[in-house]
Amino acid sequence: MSNIRETQTEIIDEFAFFTDWTERYEHIINLGKELEPLEEVHKTEDNLIKGCQSRVWLHAKLEDTGEITFRADSDAILTKGIIALMIRVFSGQKPKDILVADTGFIDTIGLKEHLSPTRANGLVSMVKQIKYYALAFHG
Amino acid sequence: MKAAQIRRDFPILHRTIHGKPLIYLDNAASTQKPQVVIDAVSNYYSEINANVHRGNHLLSQLATDAVESARDKTRAFINAGEREEIIFTKGTTDGINTVASSMSGFVNHLHNIVISASEHHANIVPWQMLCERTGAELRVIPMDKKGVWILDEAREKIDQNTMVVAVGHISNALGTINPVEEIVAMARKFDAAVLIDGAQSAPHIPVDVQHLDADFYCFSGHKICAPTGIGVLYGKRAWLEKLPPYQGGGEMIKTVTFQKTTYADIPFKFEAGTPNMAGMVGMGAAIDYLMHHGMVNLAAIEDDLLEYATSQLKTIEGMRFFGTAEKKAGVISFLIDDIHPYDLGTLMDKFGIAVRTGHHCAQPIMDFFGIPGTVRASFAFYNTREDVDAMMAAIKKSVQMLR
Repeated sequence: MSNIRETQTEIIDEFAFFTDWTERYEHIINLGKELEPLEEVHKTEDNLIKGCQSRVWLHAKLEDTGEITFRADSDAILTKGIIALMIRVFSGQKPKDILVADTGFIDTIGLKEHLSPTRANGLVSMVKQIKYYALAFHG
Repeated sequence: MKAAQIRRDFPILHRTIHGKPLIYLDNAASTQKPQVVIDAVSNYYSEINANVHRGNHLLSQLATDAVESARDKTRAFINAGEREEIIFTKGTTDGINTVASSMSGFVNHLHNIVISASEHHANIVPWQMLCERTGAELRVIPMDKKGVWILDEAREKIDQNTMVVAVGHISNALGTINPVEEIVAMARKFDAAVLIDGAQSAPHIPVDVQHLDADFYCFSGHKICAPTGIGVLYGKRAWLEKLPPYQGGGEMIKTVTFQKTTYADIPFKFEAGTPNMAGMVGMGAAIDYLMHHGMVNLAAIEDDLLEYATSQLKTIEGMRFFGTAEKKAGVISFLIDDIHPYDLGTLMDKFGIAVRTGHHCAQPIMDFFGIPGTVRASFAFYNTREDVDAMMAAIKKSVQMLR
């Protein structure tokens, strides 16, 4: 399994192939469609991150091996596509590694606006929540 | 009146968004400003800025003349009977809060306040707060699936214990032109006060507050091409004289001692502190601009755009309109299939089309329809049929990407 930095580099390389925004967005939309939906039992109030416009659910589980498995979903497909990237980067990683990681790769692949606090899509809160889980499961 | 000529008056319409010409269809949220308004504000600060109503010096007198002339223009714009009935506020929200707060002393737990199911949060929350303070009951006039109030039910809600009926003139989320005249008539039978939220009507239809016969009418400057942070509360003289002031401070007093303060006459009783003078001057300039073109003519342009856009949108497969009343103005709210409004709005923005997505500060309406929000295209007189065509092209491309 790749570490966080390696996965981020992979994603950056993947997006480097695209020549304009429509291709990037089409890829994000496909990632969103392919992301395995979160089971309804996990779409609880507790797991809901309230964005102003799109809703995001995040479910976390600490495995016996010490890594955190993240599963997430959204009602908006663009949001869901970026969630898929976050899951790829952070799920299956150790809390200590998640705590020190950043999300700068989103800027590099030209999707910075989606992680803006003014965007109100729930993604900023989701990243914060991923870090909180890492902190809670750490040590 | 040529569209190209009007568009030349609005500098922002010539900028680009993500490298594409801006198509601005979010006018129900805020309108753009013509150069004459920008110049009026700039000129105010360059030439006449001073505090008003207090200085003996020439600048203070010039500034006072400028803002009081804006009050005269505003009176004419909504055909109020007297200039003293025009209170300058920060905006519609501020106007509604002023009335709701000042009403507190007249309302008790036996009373009720009536609003409608299609109100903007600004015309819900201040009344909920009033009800919490006083124990009064909040009643809601329901609407049907078209977004039209059910008047038979309104007749049951408004009774001898109704203190205030507060309703929107035009729904910001659905575009319905509401039958406020009938509501005023119902309220008159029981001497209930009527407040009309005119945030969406002042920009789109000629307003005559004397003809409407409402006790209060509020609107925002920034939605009628005036600067942000300025708005108007019209109130009938009898009500404004009866209501206590909402805020205390300078400008609103006659005499102050530590024992007792007597208040200034209206309108100043409700304008505590140094007012938004540049905003008032900008409001005057915006009203001059609108009245020069004529509200009837401008409304005709917007009606044509609404009709054209509706007919075009209808051709898209899976189109679902929200707000299908016979009488509408300014706004089209829609969804396509089950595409999330956030996704559609985000892609449309990338194509240079500015529309609003979400619940439009009217969550109860979205709950009523059982949807997370809508995409809302809203028009101003400076929009054109070409803007609608560009919107249609962007929607088609976006939907293709999302499907």
